[in-house]
Amino acid sequence: MLNYFPSVVVRDKPSVFINILVPVIAVILTLLTGSIIFYIMGFNPFFALYTFFISPISNAYGISELLLKATPLALIAIGLAFCFKNNIYNIGAEGQLTMGAIFGGGIGIYFYDVNGFWLLPLMIIGGAIGGALWGLIPAFLKIKFNTNEILTSLMLVYIALLILDYLVVGPWKDPNGYSFPKTRSFSESGRMPLLFQGLRVHLGLIITLVLIFISWFVFSKTMFGFQLKVSGYSPIAARYAGFSQNALIYSAFAICGACAGIAGLGEVSGPIGLLYRDISPNYGFTAIIVAFLGRLHPFGIILAALVIALTYLGAEDAQLFMQIPAAVGFVFQGLVLFYLLGAELLINYKIVFKK
Amino acid sequence: MNDSIVEIKKITKKFSKVIANKNVSFNIRKNSVHALLGENGAGKSTLVKILYGLLKPDSGTILYNNDLLNITSPSDAKKKGIGMVFQHFSLFESLTVRENLILGIDEKISYSNLNKKLNDISSRYELPLDLDAPIVTLSAGEKQRVEIVRILLQDPQLLIMDEPTSVLTPQEVINLFKTLNALIKEGRTILYITHKLEEVINLCDEVTIMRNGEVIDTCLIENQTAESLATKMLGEKLGEIKTDYSHVSDNINFEVLNLSTTYNDPFFTDLKNIQFDVKEGEIYGIAGVAGNGQSELMDILTGENTIIDSGSIIFNKINIERFNPKKRRDLSIAFVPENRLGHSAVPELTLSENILLSQFPNNNFISNGIINHQNIESHVNKVISEFNVVASGSEALASSLSGGNLQKFVIGREILSHPKLLIISHPTWGIDAGAEFAIRESLINLSKQGTSIIVLSQDLDELFEITHRIAVIFNGSLSNSYRTKDVNIEKIGLLMGGHKNA
Repeated sequence: MLNYFPSVVVRDKPSVFINILVPVIAVILTLLTGSIIFYIMGFNPFFALYTFFISPISNAYGISELLLKATPLALIAIGLAFCFKNNIYNIGAEGQLTMGAIFGGGIGIYFYDVNGFWLLPLMIIGGAIGGALWGLIPAFLKIKFNTNEILTSLMLVYIALLILDYLVVGPWKDPNGYSFPKTRSFSESGRMPLLFQGLRVHLGLIITLVLIFISWFVFSKTMFGFQLKVSGYSPIAARYAGFSQNALIYSAFAICGACAGIAGLGEVSGPIGLLYRDISPNYGFTAIIVAFLGRLHPFGIILAALVIALTYLGAEDAQLFMQIPAAVGFVFQGLVLFYLLGAELLINYKIVFKK
Repeated sequence: MNDSIVEIKKITKKFSKVIANKNVSFNIRKNSVHALLGENGAGKSTLVKILYGLLKPDSGTILYNNDLLNITSPSDAKKKGIGMVFQHFSLFESLTVRENLILGIDEKISYSNLNKKLNDISSRYELPLDLDAPIVTLSAGEKQRVEIVRILLQDPQLLIMDEPTSVLTPQEVINLFKTLNALIKEGRTILYITHKLEEVINLCDEVTIMRNGEVIDTCLIENQTAESLATKMLGEKLGEIKTDYSHVSDNINFEVLNLSTTYNDPFFTDLKNIQFDVKEGEIYGIAGVAGNGQSELMDILTGENTIIDSGSIIFNKINIERFNPKKRRDLSIAFVPENRLGHSAVPELTLSENILLSQFPNNNFISNGIINHQNIESHVNKVISEFNVVASGSEALASSLSGGNLQKFVIGREILSHPKLLIISHPTWGIDAGAEFAIRESLINLSKQGTSIIVLSQDLDELFEITHRIAVIFNGSLSNSYRTKDVNIEKIGLLMGGHKNA
């Protein structure tokens, strides 16, 4: 029997060109699949894609919203890059984000009637510490008991969410809040300053860009970044070089947790201004897609964060104007990750068609 | 009347550059234990893989029961009645013994019939098995029993065993030999691959000795002694040895005392009371067939493993057995492990980046945690030019270099940091003759500058060419050391084969 299926053949060496092309392939395939889904749902695919991806950012407010959503995604993703480069699969950034919001937000609630320039920096540091401590738990478990960090970091997400839940309905509940599950509002100086009058994008964007720049420096210029890279490629070579594997695991988790914690604090002291149950629309999980879509590279992560942030906005607009459930946004995120992982095959393998 | 079960005729097999089997011919008598003896890399594995259908020969034929053997896969081989027990087990760890055995059966068989058959095999060949035990709970010997039973279920006429005793305890070896003898009594044939001389003499009827891809001799065991087998296995390698001892000082700067470690893992060799010392400017060789504890010893000498049961390692009066590789480099000790890709170099990184894997105090590659690219760049270029590394430049990926060039790069990286002690494992393994020569020469030159060098190698030519003293590691124990000039190859060969009365 003749076999018309193309066969998959190992490349002599990984293709650098394809490596860069993979995110582009993934986005194009996602758009194609999206069009088919829209068509099946009975919409004109061009109109739907326009509503989804163009109209949300056709004015200043839209762009500000895009940046507002991209900020936590990029910040968490750059933190995740520290873990992923080292082959540590921390998928608990959502929990670290929540803990950062609790620590930093807790400071804001404690000083709810105090104003001072020191308050916001203190809250940011609190957020970073909260996230880092939460991130260090799976690191500790991995090193001491050889547990799988994928499981422990994920389980800690739900613990963090339940702690937040307990706090906002229990001890931290707003005494004047008519029993709503929320805390007091932070004082004015506990809020992220807005960058432009009337738009919601805030100081968190600047902090994120600075941290991304620092990360770029660490990755490309410092011994620590080099150690992460070597340990990710080959733990045996890292051991030969005498790098401390444990120190690398602890620091990758701590840095990632701190970034996620700051992102969480940025959410509560930015657009929200207090603590309540649903502070994050799964930013911590979506950032995993951002990190991979951005190829773990600081610049790539910025681009990827913008693309993924757009799916959030597009989903809102689609719901508003086309009565499509907002969950379609998650479908797009899932598709991107799906095609991304699929297209990665092409880095090490090529497809050969038989003649 | 032909009593051969297998006739191997002029088998040749080439891999891109290496000829693994060159015109190999020999016969295996029916109902005998036939040993295939040779060093690692002699071509034994390639030959049995051809016999088992895993590889296709470039030329030559195999007759099996007087018929042309034409197989392309192990399942073809099984159908013909050829079974093989590999050195590394291929069992599903989380499944039970019974489940693993069922998975190995092609035909449909009822559960009760299977039980009956298994009980029969277990009792007939003294292979007791707990069918409901998960594989993961079994010892290496028990796992091997499962493998053997799985093969016996196919009722093979020819059983190939690849280094079966390498993972067994002495008691388990005795039991294995009982089983093998029972198999022979039933008229089956065994092809037994090994490098251990004692086993050949105790168990086998006939032996074929291979060296460098060629058959050296096929002969009856009764006419052979361990000495004669060792000579055949290793060859008369020695020409005139012109070892230069003039620069070796009397000052001992490196000592290993009573070093012992145990691993609870059948794929690791326990080290037993290792003891040796190295003088300034001396090249000290450790010979031995692979898998006798070299990589375990190397890991301890480099500091990649600092967990030892007892003993000490002393360098210039400092106890370093608890030091990690970085701390040892700070004392000017350099290492080149056996494996280039992923160990002494990272294939995905550039040569510049690979330089950073091994840093010495005098390198100045890093200041305050920030990488100094200029210093690295000049070091890379120096390595490339002084050691004739063929590479497109300092930004070439390590994976783009040939094995020999990458090895020259790695060794150059270590030598140019002017170590006081260099520990190197299999320096010329898998590289071309030109690079081999250059590397050996650079090691000799380094020793003349007063650096002590420890070379672990299975290549006796190499050790006799460059070392001043030599010892043999066998089954985790290190022999006495001999001056290379005064020792003969027969003695080293016997020690390598585990013959104690050398």
